[in-house]
Amino acid sequence: MDLVAILGSVSIFTAGLCLAIGGFAVALGEGYAVACGLTALAQQPDEAGSISRTMFISLAIVETSGIYCFVVAMILLFANPFWQYAISAVAQ
Amino acid sequence: MLEIYDQQIAFYLPYTNIPVNWTIASTWIVMVVLMLVSWLATRHLKTGDKVSHWQTAMEVLIKGIYGQINEVTKSNPMTYLPFIGTLFIFIMTCNILTVIPIFKTPTASFSTTSALAFLVLLGIPFFGIKNAGLKNYLKKYLTPSPAMLPFNIFSELASTGAMAVRLFGNVLSGVIIGAICFMLVPIILPLPMQVLGLFTGMIQAYIFAILALMYISSVSAQEEAPVAGVEKKVPDDQEKNM
Repeated sequence: MDLVAILGSVSIFTAGLCLAIGGFAVALGEGYAVACGLTALAQQPDEAGSISRTMFISLAIVETSGIYCFVVAMILLFANPFWQYAISAVAQ
Repeated sequence: MLEIYDQQIAFYLPYTNIPVNWTIASTWIVMVVLMLVSWLATRHLKTGDKVSHWQTAMEVLIKGIYGQINEVTKSNPMTYLPFIGTLFIFIMTCNILTVIPIFKTPTASFSTTSALAFLVLLGIPFFGIKNAGLKNYLKKYLTPSPAMLPFNIFSELASTGAMAVRLFGNVLSGVIIGAICFMLVPIILPLPMQVLGLFTGMIQAYIFAILALMYISSVSAQEEAPVAGVEKKVPDDQEKNM
């Protein structure tokens, strides 16, 4: 395999792995947060506004790591910084 | 497939050779839409029983933002309403306009979101100094001990940077999923994804505004807390002495 093939396959594999692990962990964490929020909501319906606002904020903060994984995967797939280097190295 | 709007040139400025990329062009479109709507809504403002539908809609929106700010900060919402309301309405309009297929929404470009987050980063010292004074604001970076100074500074940079990446990633993922579904089945399948994108966009606008509000108001709120604590301690000591 030449450098371009290695770089391409490693990039695609790593992007898939990144999204798989990141998506799995973030989905688990967000599901737990929503479950706790719904429990609190069922116990104290009067505090619905406050609970749901706090829940959405914490969901967004939890989601940040998943979004980081997504952005890194997109960079690996579509804007790989080493791609130009590999092409020029092969061309030489 | 990853559409980098900063590198796509929309048009050249007339009589010059300056290129305008799609991020700036679509931001101008959103600005024109916002200005038109607000001009229409505030044209015939009046009080009484008979008000126009535009005015009612605008009042509902502003009243909602006002109530949310009031609940979060527990202080005068008019301090924060212009800044937070502008952020919320701008991001909301951008995210709603993603349903137009050819529109390249500015929030799917990292330049726009990082500019918005940079505004929030500037807003933290601005509102902090305005509310608590320069000395109290700077003292905040030395709590709980001066050794925490680099961590305090880094935490502000990181939290506002995370806001930029969060908004960008959420909107971009909606755009990309819509594009993939459109490639596979162009008839019905993109529709639920676009509805989901609308929902996510509204939530993200809300989250961005609320997080900006919390970062901005936390500086002044935490500055007031020790002062209140000191005031409370004095009567306690007096009671013990008595």
